[in-house]
Amino acid sequence: MKSSKSDALRLLNFKAFIESIIAILVGFLIGAVVLIVFGYNPVDTYYWLFKGALGSTSGIAATLAYSTPIMLTALTFAISARTGIFNIGAEGSFYFGAIAAVIFTNVWGNMWFGLAMGMLLGALWALPAAFLKVYRGVHEVISTIMLNWIAFFFVLWLVVGPYANPNDPNKTIRIPQSARLPLIGNTDLSIAAPIAIIVAILVYYLLWHTTFGFGMRASGLNQKAARYGGVNPKSAIIWSFIIGGITSGLGGAMKVMGEPPTYAISQGMANIYGLGFDGIGVSLVGRNHPLGIILSAMFFGMLRAGTPLMQAGARVPLEIIKVIQGIIVITVAIPGLYDLIKKSIEGREA
Amino acid sequence: MDFGSVVSILINSLMAMVPIVLTSVGAVWSERAGVVSIGYEGVLLMSAFFGAIVAEITGHATMGLIGGMVTGIVLGMLHGVLTVYLKGDHVIPGIGINLLALGVVPFGLIAYWGTAGQHQVAVTLWSLETQYGRLSPMVLVTIIVALVTWWVLFRTPLGLRVRAVGENPEAADALGINVEKYRFWSTVYGHALAGLGGAYMSVAWLGVVQKTMSAGRGFIALANMVFSGWNPLVALIGGWLFGFFDALAAWLAPFHLIPGQFILMLPYVMTLIIVAGIIGKARPPKWDGRPYKRE
Repeated sequence: MKSSKSDALRLLNFKAFIESIIAILVGFLIGAVVLIVFGYNPVDTYYWLFKGALGSTSGIAATLAYSTPIMLTALTFAISARTGIFNIGAEGSFYFGAIAAVIFTNVWGNMWFGLAMGMLLGALWALPAAFLKVYRGVHEVISTIMLNWIAFFFVLWLVVGPYANPNDPNKTIRIPQSARLPLIGNTDLSIAAPIAIIVAILVYYLLWHTTFGFGMRASGLNQKAARYGGVNPKSAIIWSFIIGGITSGLGGAMKVMGEPPTYAISQGMANIYGLGFDGIGVSLVGRNHPLGIILSAMFFGMLRAGTPLMQAGARVPLEIIKVIQGIIVITVAIPGLYDLIKKSIEGREA
Repeated sequence: MDFGSVVSILINSLMAMVPIVLTSVGAVWSERAGVVSIGYEGVLLMSAFFGAIVAEITGHATMGLIGGMVTGIVLGMLHGVLTVYLKGDHVIPGIGINLLALGVVPFGLIAYWGTAGQHQVAVTLWSLETQYGRLSPMVLVTIIVALVTWWVLFRTPLGLRVRAVGENPEAADALGINVEKYRFWSTVYGHALAGLGGAYMSVAWLGVVQKTMSAGRGFIALANMVFSGWNPLVALIGGWLFGFFDALAAWLAPFHLIPGQFILMLPYVMTLIIVAGIIGKARPPKWDGRPYKRE
């Protein structure tokens, strides 16, 4: 992990910030080429995209609403990355958080109870991968991906089977009125958005301003050194999975409890699928830093919020956004991007 | 279970084995040289898509297979440049390639064929029709690739050098072996095989392009690589085992003994159990996943 050492020392590293901006520009540039190849007009596409995301109050509300779940799944990836682990399991914990909210708010229609159960199930689903890693040496990328698929089919069974809505077979039963998250002002934005930002700040505080968090980061930088310093890397890894499971589980619960007008899991889990994977990109662009993640989640939320108008105005399929996201992440993976570009510019001047 | 069902499951398990074994064997070679990639899931998906396009444009399924390989080669070169020459992290580009595939394929399905769900490939590879099911010549190709890769890796000077680069690059370097060159082309070979496996899915086995068609096979292949102890021959047997669970799940599905979702879980649960059971004994090449910088 080449840049994590310097990232850990500074609040928001200037070079890292510029590198993320460059990656975003590269994503849009190559995205434009793809659009041209398939016969679309990129200027038109991007115009409608940004107009849709930022051109109205409802657009901005949608941007914040879309940024909420990916902010929480990004935290899952970031916490583990800081501990030296690649936890791809946000997706599975997210499903369990969502189904927990559906199940338990229908047992007792209390918002806090639903959120707590979402966090609990999210954390429990993260545990098998943690134990397999620590006690069996199973690489977490393989175990979490398998657990994601198992979670997908298990929760799908609950969605189409025991918890299907008898009046609407396309959805699960709904979150009862008494357990829904309050909406902000006259918008579709629920209090999930500010809660996610508070959680990100809490994670930042935990990782950078507590001994516990220092131990996690220390074991991510150098396990041997951490052990000499009195940190147990095994428990640091297990805790990173648990805390990550909590944030993703909370994300899943808030997604269904704060999404008007559905307040349910929809057919084929369409409204809860893929948000864990998107979180990985959000985290990498935010440089695995909770405060960077708040910004990058809002950026990715903006891309998603602009798509309805982009599809209507420019007639471009919304999946182009995922193409751009993928290119951005690959560009982020170029080490020393800032220095590379600086060197090539200076080389040309000299 | 009658004789016919048994033969049918065995034939289908051979068909399901192909993408997993090809990817595993490629990943074994690449990791023996010290380069880790978790992007094979995305490689399978994108090469299935581009392979189908090439097959339809040229009218030949074999050209589609080559198109899939070329897709793999391009992605392998991308991964190789980032990890081998720029000394970057090995996991993050793989994540990027997987995310890219989740965009490219659904977008391409709509932009190229105008369909949001699945596209039926017009040109598919010839296969042997038996009364128990189809058998693709790619099954034979896969077995040969695994055998040849094993032979080259463990019985030739080339293989020795590749393994040296992954076990002890300093010593290899001292002997005058170009570490970066061997690592780069090993990565390309690994991704090329995965590309072939991806194109096989769309132009030979399933005959469709779907946005979810890789279904975790890239990761199952990585699990199988670990299971094999980084040995192409064991990866062939392990890949067949995973193909067997795939075929068994498909055979069990119509009986509705238990909800279909639980049957579909089977290959993933088995992967988890097998990997959890055998790891600890498995030891990756020493410099696997570590960038090598000359002093």
